[in-house]
Amino acid sequence: MEAYDVVDLKRISNVIRRKVIEMVYSAKSGHPGGSLSAADILTVLYFKEMNIDPLHPDDPDRDRFIMSKGHASPGLYATLSVRGFFPESFLSGFRKLNSKLEGHVHRGVPGVEVSTGSLGQGLGVGVGMALAGKLDQRSYRVFVLVGDGEIEEGNIWESIMAANKYHLNNLIAILDRNRIQLDGFTRDIMPLNNIPDMIASFGWNVIEIDGHDHNQIISAIEEAKESLEKPTFVVANTVKGKGVSYMENNPKYHGSPPASEEEYRLAISELSGGE
Amino acid sequence: MISESLRETYGEELAILGEGHKNLVVLDADLSSSTKTSIFGKKFPDRFFNMGISEQSMVTAAAGLALSGKKVFASTFAVFLMRTYEQMRQSVCYNNLDVNFVVTHAGITVGEDGATHQIVEDVGIMSGLPNMKVIVPADSYEARSVIDYLVESGTGPNYVRLSREKFPLLYDDNYSFHPGVSSTLRDGSDITIIGMGVMVSFALKAAEILKQKGIGVRVINMSSIKPIDKKAIIKAANETGRIVTVEEHSIYNGLGSRVAEVISENHPVHLKRLGMMDTFGKSGKSWELFDYFHMGVDDIVKVSEECFRKETYYENIS
Repeated sequence: MEAYDVVDLKRISNVIRRKVIEMVYSAKSGHPGGSLSAADILTVLYFKEMNIDPLHPDDPDRDRFIMSKGHASPGLYATLSVRGFFPESFLSGFRKLNSKLEGHVHRGVPGVEVSTGSLGQGLGVGVGMALAGKLDQRSYRVFVLVGDGEIEEGNIWESIMAANKYHLNNLIAILDRNRIQLDGFTRDIMPLNNIPDMIASFGWNVIEIDGHDHNQIISAIEEAKESLEKPTFVVANTVKGKGVSYMENNPKYHGSPPASEEEYRLAISELSGGE
Repeated sequence: MISESLRETYGEELAILGEGHKNLVVLDADLSSSTKTSIFGKKFPDRFFNMGISEQSMVTAAAGLALSGKKVFASTFAVFLMRTYEQMRQSVCYNNLDVNFVVTHAGITVGEDGATHQIVEDVGIMSGLPNMKVIVPADSYEARSVIDYLVESGTGPNYVRLSREKFPLLYDDNYSFHPGVSSTLRDGSDITIIGMGVMVSFALKAAEILKQKGIGVRVINMSSIKPIDKKAIIKAANETGRIVTVEEHSIYNGLGSRVAEVISENHPVHLKRLGMMDTFGKSGKSWELFDYFHMGVDDIVKVSEECFRKETYYENIS
């Protein structure tokens, strides 16, 4: 793969965002908000940091990525398609009968490691993969993207304990901290006042960054490589609906596509700025 | 009859199989000294993961290990595994992974610990999951054969239901488990009793008493609940005309319900289901509880006689 600089990565992030909008508009359903907030993180992982090869998706030494917040399927599917895991033509079938792309992240899709959708489970699956990596003495790393509404699930905290117990320094969780969940703002639904301190107290290495700054995302993942014993938890502060003015910080667009042709055109236009 | 512990057999067999099967990993949730996975854990500490009292963590980690090529066994008490229904559903069954849930302390043979620990709904819950297979061994020999099968040629997801109590021995070393295949332990032409788990040994005792009353009983051990042995059920319906099911489980969604489905669609005959009648269990000695809940040998005899003497299939409709 060619080496991308930050200018390239920013461009790719917006390509992914446009595809997200196209997919949910075509499907007339789906979750744009959390896909747009995660687009920069996904770009850095798939185009810069992860050791992956679309031609060898089963390579036992590949890095693993788990989209624990499985409703951000448009973001992951768009990323995998742009990265070359499957043809772009698959994307128009998203959420439709007899297409390749299930509504939530589905393992049958090339490049997808595990099916997700019901929240709170992906981090635990990542713990299992990281344990296997240690057992088999392989050097791969396991990345898990979790949502900030998602960490209200008890399963997440159980898995946080397990990763600490087994010193899974090959496990990197990234929190897409966009502060919005389905019913509203996380501070109203279930306030968690100091997530970095909470996670650190469970024995993890915690790094807090701006989740839309590609340089900061790269630095955080590089720093995680240096962790000798602890798993790493990256708190990435993001904006839900990032890049589309009327979607930004609006809980409505957690799970709704552009409401009209006008909204659709506006979103695509805003995401095409500067190109 | 000599009795042996199925969970001891499970732990010992895993520890034996762990030698030749290096990809075998075992998880538990702080009950390994009771489920007996501790026997494996002591021998192969690197491949044993005690996840603490965190069943959701255990099940999702089991999925991650299976996705990485491991053959996974995960154990706890049956009742506690049920809180991870959704982890089993999405992370294990939907992904169709080689995870084998071998649970112990199922049913009322938990005894003194009482209703909170005596799950009688689990077979129904597990049978509803696509891809999941459900197996209920009736004795220690069968338990060993099931574990051998799962490790050597089976693929998950599987649910294997074991007990706290020792169960009377029914088989010997020649027994070999096959999914979807039942075994007929006694033949007869008047009525068939289909049993699951420890109730198979009760059914055999009942059959002996019924023989003295002039009623010939076929006894089938239906250890493979899913897939179920339809052929044997239809054959029994055809040849004996009357069926009684006996299970240490709710009569809803367990063995009796599965048998009812098969005969209703294929060969309707008299059917009587014996088991827990939509109720929770109770503290007491295991073997006392069977009489308390009207599931003892005498109850099986009584119900079987009634079923045998029924005139027509439709007599209850008025």
